[in-house]
This record gives sequence, C-alpha cells and structure tokens, in this order.
Amino acid sequence: MQMNEEYKPLIVAFCCNWCSYAGADLAGNNRLNYPADVKIIRVPCSCRVNPTFVLRAFERGADGVIICGCHPGDCHYTTGNYYTRRRMKLLFSMLDYLGIERERTRVEWVSAAEGAKFAATMNDFVQKVAALGENKRLEDLRCKK
Amino acid sequence: MQRIGVFVCHCGTNIAGTVDVAAVAAALGKEPGVVFSADYQYMCSQAGQDLIKDAVKEHRLTGIVVCSCSPRMHEATFRKTAAAAGINPYMVEIANIREQCSWVHKDKQTGTEKAIILGRAAIAKVCLNSPLTPGESPVTKRALVIGGGIAGIQTALDIADAGFPVDIVETKPTIGGKMAQLDKTFPTLDCAACILTPKMVDCAQNENIRIFSYSEVTGVKGFVGNFDVTIKRKARYVKEDVCTGCGACTEKCPQRKVPNEFNLGMDNRRAIYIPFAQAVPKVATIDPNYCTMLKTGKCGVCSKVCTAGAIDYKAKDEYIEEKYGAIVVATGFNPISMEKFDEFAYSQSKDVITSLELERLMNAAGPTGGTLLRPSDGTHPHTIVFVQCVGSRCAACSDKGKEYCSKICCMYTAKHAMLIRDKYPDTEVYVFYIDVRTPGKNFDEFYRRAVEEYGVHYIKGMVGKVCPEGGKLKVRASDLIYGKQLHIDADMVVLAAAIEPDKSARGLATMLTASMDTNDFFTEAHPKLRPVESPTAGVFLSGTCQGPKDIPETVAQAGAAASKVIGLLCKNKLTGNPCVAHSDELMCNGCSTCEKVCPYGAISYIDKEFRMPDRTTRVRRVAVVNEAVCQGCGACTVACMSGAMDLRGFTVKQIMAEVDAICR
Amino acid sequence: MQTRDKELAKEQIVRMSGVDVRKCMRCGKCSGTCPSYDEMEYHPHQFVYMVENGDIETLMKSESAYKCLSCFACVDRCPRGVEPAKIIEALRLLVIRKKDGNHMTADDIPALVDDDLPQQAIVSALRKYSK
Repeated sequence: MQMNEEYKPLIVAFCCNWCSYAGADLAGNNRLNYPADVKIIRVPCSCRVNPTFVLRAFERGADGVIICGCHPGDCHYTTGNYYTRRRMKLLFSMLDYLGIERERTRVEWVSAAEGAKFAATMNDFVQKVAALGENKRLEDLRCKK
Repeated sequence: MQRIGVFVCHCGTNIAGTVDVAAVAAALGKEPGVVFSADYQYMCSQAGQDLIKDAVKEHRLTGIVVCSCSPRMHEATFRKTAAAAGINPYMVEIANIREQCSWVHKDKQTGTEKAIILGRAAIAKVCLNSPLTPGESPVTKRALVIGGGIAGIQTALDIADAGFPVDIVETKPTIGGKMAQLDKTFPTLDCAACILTPKMVDCAQNENIRIFSYSEVTGVKGFVGNFDVTIKRKARYVKEDVCTGCGACTEKCPQRKVPNEFNLGMDNRRAIYIPFAQAVPKVATIDPNYCTMLKTGKCGVCSKVCTAGAIDYKAKDEYIEEKYGAIVVATGFNPISMEKFDEFAYSQSKDVITSLELERLMNAAGPTGGTLLRPSDGTHPHTIVFVQCVGSRCAACSDKGKEYCSKICCMYTAKHAMLIRDKYPDTEVYVFYIDVRTPGKNFDEFYRRAVEEYGVHYIKGMVGKVCPEGGKLKVRASDLIYGKQLHIDADMVVLAAAIEPDKSARGLATMLTASMDTNDFFTEAHPKLRPVESPTAGVFLSGTCQGPKDIPETVAQAGAAASKVIGLLCKNKLTGNPCVAHSDELMCNGCSTCEKVCPYGAISYIDKEFRMPDRTTRVRRVAVVNEAVCQGCGACTVACMSGAMDLRGFTVKQIMAEVDAICR
Repeated sequence: MQTRDKELAKEQIVRMSGVDVRKCMRCGKCSGTCPSYDEMEYHPHQFVYMVENGDIETLMKSESAYKCLSCFACVDRCPRGVEPAKIIEALRLLVIRKKDGNHMTADDIPALVDDDLPQQAIVSALRKYSK
C-alpha cells in the first residue's frame, strides 16, 4: 500500500431482502451518499446470516461486517430477526474476545422506509471502522495475493 | 463448468453517468467462467432482452449475470427473459449497480471499481446456482376484509360481485366507519348517509358477504392463498340471529349516562344500544362497562322487554378460525388527540371542537338534531373561527403532531364554512389557513364558491392562542397579508385535527408481517406502480390505512384492491418460491433444532431406512421440509448443527462465494 | 450591504441562535401568538423571513427586537420547531458585540455622579471603564 493513498476499509453488509435491502434501494433512489467501501450481499432474512459468513469475511480481509434486518417485530418471517439478534450478540462477544473490536461488527434495524437511516448508518459505520484501521487479527494469510 | 454471460446496463445515464460500463463489461469478461460480456443502453428494453436471448443461443450460456438496477425492480423481468431463451430462470443473478452503486456514489472511478466487485460477487454466486423449479400451492377462494368503513365496504362489495365469498371484520358493533358519522360530503354536498347506507344494506344482503361486527382479528398464520385467521367475536350479550333491532331494550334501559361514542361523547346513550338508526347489522349490543346487570347482577330490564328473547347475559367471547386466500386491510383513521395543542383551549372550553364533532353537531341525527348550537350553553353561535392544520405539517423534531399533510381538512373546512353560511347567514365565519390545498376534481371551484358566493372570510395566517373568557372565546391570530394581529371574540372554534392511522393497525401489521412507515401507515409494495398491495404477498391495502385520503380516492383504491384480490382468487394454483430450505438426509442427525426455529411449522421428522456401507439397513430419524409451507427465511439453516439444512438459491456455498469475491 | 456581508451576518445569527430558518412554512402562528405584536415594527414571522434573506442590518436598526418579552410562546407553539425568539436573542447579542469596546470612558463618569450613588458603584465604574 502506498503511503499517500487514503485508507479505504472493506465493509461487508448483509441486508435482508424485505426491509434493509429495500432501505438501501431507497437510499439510492433518494441519492443519499455513503462510502463505496460498503458492499451489500442480499439475503432473504437477517437470520440467514450464518456466523461462519461473518468469520469468513474477516478471514478474507474484511475490516468490518454489518448485518441489517427489519425492526424487531416487523420481520417478514415473523421471528427471523430475533434469532439474528441473539446469535450475533454471542458471535460479537466471541469476536471481541478474539481481538476483533466491537466497532467492527454491528447489527442494525433498517426498514424499507428508512433510506436516510441506511445511509447514515453506513456513513457512521465506515467512519468508525476506518478509525480503527486495517483488520489483521483474523486474516487468513494464505488468501493474500 | 458453467458458461456465464455478463450484461451491463447503462440505464441511460443513470448507471453510465457514474460507472464506466464498458470497463465493467471488459473487467468482468475476464472472470473465470465468463464466456461473453456486453453492455447496452437499456437491458430491460425489448432490444436488451433480445441481446440476452441471442447471446444465450450463440454462446450456449448456462448462467446470466445482469449488472443493472435493483433485483427488486427487474429480477422477474430477466428471469422471464432467461426462461424464454431456454435456460432455467433461477440461473440469473442481478448485480445492483444502480441503487447501490451509481446513485449513491459520485466519483466515477470508485463507482466503476465497486460495480466490478459487485459484478464479481454475482458471477461467483451464479457459478454455484442450480436450476430450480417452483412448487405449487392451492388458493382458498375466500377473502377477508379487515375494517368495515367505506373502504372495507366497497372492497367487499366489489369482490363479492365477482362471485367470491368475503368476510368483513369490524371492531365496532356496526359497519359504516367514519363516513357514517359525516353529515355532508364535498364537493357535491350530498348527504353521507344517503350514499353510504344503501351500500351498507347491500353488504348485509349480499349472499357472498358475511359481516363479523364487534369482532377483531387476533391471529394470522399461513401465506398468500392459504391464510389461517383467528377472529375474536366479542361478547355482545345479545343473540345476533335472534335480535330484530326493534330498539325496545334501548328505550327501557335504566342506565342513561353512557357517553355516546358515535356522537363523540357529546350526548349520552344507554348501556344497551344500537349505534345509529341505519346500523348494519341492526342488532343491539350491551356495553359491559356500564350494564348494571353484568356488573352487579341486579337489573335485567332489557331481557324482560325483549319479546324475541335475544338477551343472553352469559355470553362469552368466541374465537373462530377461518381460511382465506387474500386479506385486505382497511383499518382507517382517527383524528389525533388535541391534548398537546392546548393553546387552542380544547380541554378548557366545550365550544372548542374538532371538525368531526362539528359534523355531528350539524347532522340531523346528531346530539342537537341538526341545529348548530354551542355545546356549552345551547345558544346559536354568531362568530365561528376555523383553524387549519392543527397537528398536520409539524416538524419531525416537535413531538406534537404529524409531519404529513392530512389532505382532507382544507376541503371539509370549506364545506363546513359553506354549510354554516348557507343555513345561518347571520354567522360570521373565519378560516385561518397556511395554504389552501385543493387538488381534485371540482375542488378549487368548491373552495372559491365558499369565498365568493358564501362570503367566508379566508385569512392567510394562523391562530396563536384561544382564551375562554366570559362565555366568549378570545382568539388571537395573525393576518399575514394585512400585516396585523387580529383579536376576534368567537362563539365557537373548530379545529381541523390531523388524522392518524387507527391504533389497531400496528398490531395487525405485526400479525400480517406487513411493513409500516414511521407514521404507522401501511407501506405499499411500490409507491407508484403497486399502490394497493402490501409488500407481503396476499395482503392488500384499502383506504386511509395506507395514507390520508378523501372518499372518492378511498373508493377508487378500494376498487383497485378488490380487483387485485379477484385476480389472485381467480387462480387455481399459485406457483411458490423455489428458494426454500431442504435437508441433506445423509447429514441430518435428527436433533429437532430446525423444527423448533421454523416460524411456519414447515419442518417435520420421518423415520427413514438407509442402506449402510456393509449392506445392512438402518432406520434413522431425519428432517423433511414441506416446500409449499416453507417461505425460505433460512432460520433453520443457521440453527442446524450438522450442516444438513441449506437454503436453495442462497446456499452456504453461494453466500461464501459472494463474500470471497467481495473480499478478494 | 454587500452580498458577502449579508451572508456573513446571516451565518452569524444562524450559528448563535441554532435556528434553521429554512424549516419555516410561513404559517404565521408565531405572529398570531405574540403578545407584543402591536408594539413591533417587524413581527416574529418577518424576523425569520428577513434572516433567511440575510436582511440582518434592517433588523438590527429596528427597535422590534427589544419589544420581544422573551415569553417564548412562539417557540412553544411553532409547528415546525423554528424558534423565532431564539433569533431575537441572537440579534440582541449581535448588537452588543457590534458595539465594540466600552460605550463610555473614565472621564465621562464624574459628570454622572450624584449624591445618591453608592460609593461602591463609583469605584467599580471607574475600575471598569478605565481599562
């Protein structure tokens, strides 16, 4: 990496199809800017996000992972986001123990109507992750080019 | 090995403006598995689709990646294209480079880089796609309409007219809703009851319509075409099928001091009551909060006077289960509470009323028999001040009111002012407005008539304070055009209260898993192109539960919702979503974890014989997914400890490949 | 006033008051509620409008800002949360700041002294204005 090049974190965002992905689309419709560092993966529900996906992302060099779902009580599948909430709570505390700072992981509820919230969340998250710098802790060096 | 074609859309300048589409197509063309890549002006156009079809044939493609707008927009379009070209529609993946790339980034270089990465992820995923065939599920040919106002009534009538049975569930003892409380309707000034009550009677007489009045929906299970709904029939203490609606009980009931909610508490009714003369069903209801018999066990007058023997003090709430193919939400609105706007002295003076209360005061069946009298002393008011936008158009930061325009207030205030000036020409009517919004057929003409023919004083400005003083209401207001502060001694002040969705809507939305906006209005599937459907399949929206509306608009939307329901109920089978969970029985250890997390009860266990390597057979307990019931949320796939459960279309391998492609 | 100066004065008022004048929807409820309306040359809704247009100088010259009782009725009742009274507070402060330095010198004091003036006040006045 060149010294004068601005540091760009790599953020993987898992968005549920019904609320958050639509919220991200709405942010686009309203032309609300957020950093290009955020790459969105569409999942049917936030509860489809297997903790191994998060681990995989960190292994492959992601600097932050954010999972977005419907607001509690509004899940398209009734209860999916409750599972996410519990699973990720446990996973994040384990990651914290392994040295992946809490600021690198986040679960956020963004409804289909909250384009502005989506953009604001992403701006804030990227800023926090960028402040922490590159993630080296879980990186799998075999994957490095 | 897959043979993948990549198609990059310019979307005019929407994408091409911030993303170098040719560079994206070139970069993605070099990805492993990609045998063809191209960019085109509008991929979704006929010519664009033809380009895809030709490429499939020419290059023998097995998978397609389209880099374009959101899959929520055109995934279905491109799947149809793939099917037409002869490959499985589920071999298509969309890279969202418009909503989530070109529209949110300004720099062309970063936009292009991100578009390439998103394209790569889609390619990585499509490499692992497998052809899927959707299952089919039957359709229950019956619709449920929740709410019996004009929206619900019109929807039910239209569906019933097409020959499908409909049930209306209404929480009040009668259908009719808010429109039944109105006196006249704008802009034609015909009487609300005259046009509504025939529709109510039609509902009662239509053999396809069942009315569950005084009932609530308490549980919804299932999915489009196959909803299982629990309806609570609240105890009425009157046998609905026996009561003739003669009204003898309501005259003899000794409990006279019950605030009459139909007249907004401005007069009293009895503990046993029929809300209004044209109620449908015309059946009495006992109010358990006021009935002496139910509270103390001593009275029983109504049961003595009832010649039909319809009174049943021992009645209990009943729960009934029904199956429906489609659900229409028509829960309507309420005026907001005036509690937070006490500068208008609503709580201090009876003569400060809301517009809905004025409707009742002007109505021939209202508390004053249609003569406009001050609620405080029963005298004729000579000066009336109307205040517009009370609680509408408030800033989001002020927690007092609503951010939206309630839409109907300008018109009904013009109507009120006109009617008052018409009936009582000696009355001075002042209307304080911020803007007069009259976009509608014959609406502005109507408002101008109020000013020009009826001499209503329209004043650009706002009332700041109302003080009750010596029987008068001292109104202080601004006249912005004159540049003066006005002091008016009014006899009556009428507040155009903002409207908000009914409180029951929030709980209902949770039950239906239908989404709502921050104001608790139901969200439509698409704000322009699918305005009467909720994003949840099989749930439709009618009337003000979706946003403020006047009667003509509500009726139009009700008809539109009905036509969507009819379109659904006409089908004999629905093709389901093939992206459902399935279990690898060789890996399943029968632990039952997935069964517990499934919100639909789609997973069951069977004992199955397996041939072992040593040629013996063994019986093992394994999970089986009912594909018609599974909705594909994926909760089970994560809960599965042995890794047997996977979700088609979003498999572990596919998502991992996407993660890898993004992090490469 | 130059456009640049206008912008600057507007910026200063907006920063000091923390009021976003663009939120105003011109309903005039502030003027409808103001108890000192008749005393004022410019009225609460005009304050907001004039700040939006950068016409701060006219406002500063007018007596209107001193007719405001700071009762905050307009702040309480504004449906858009614009808070006109805070603009007036900022305006008064700006006038004080613009005055630059002391408005009298130590030499002016003896002429103002009378028998009823407490000794302490004279001493403190001299201390204040001789700087």
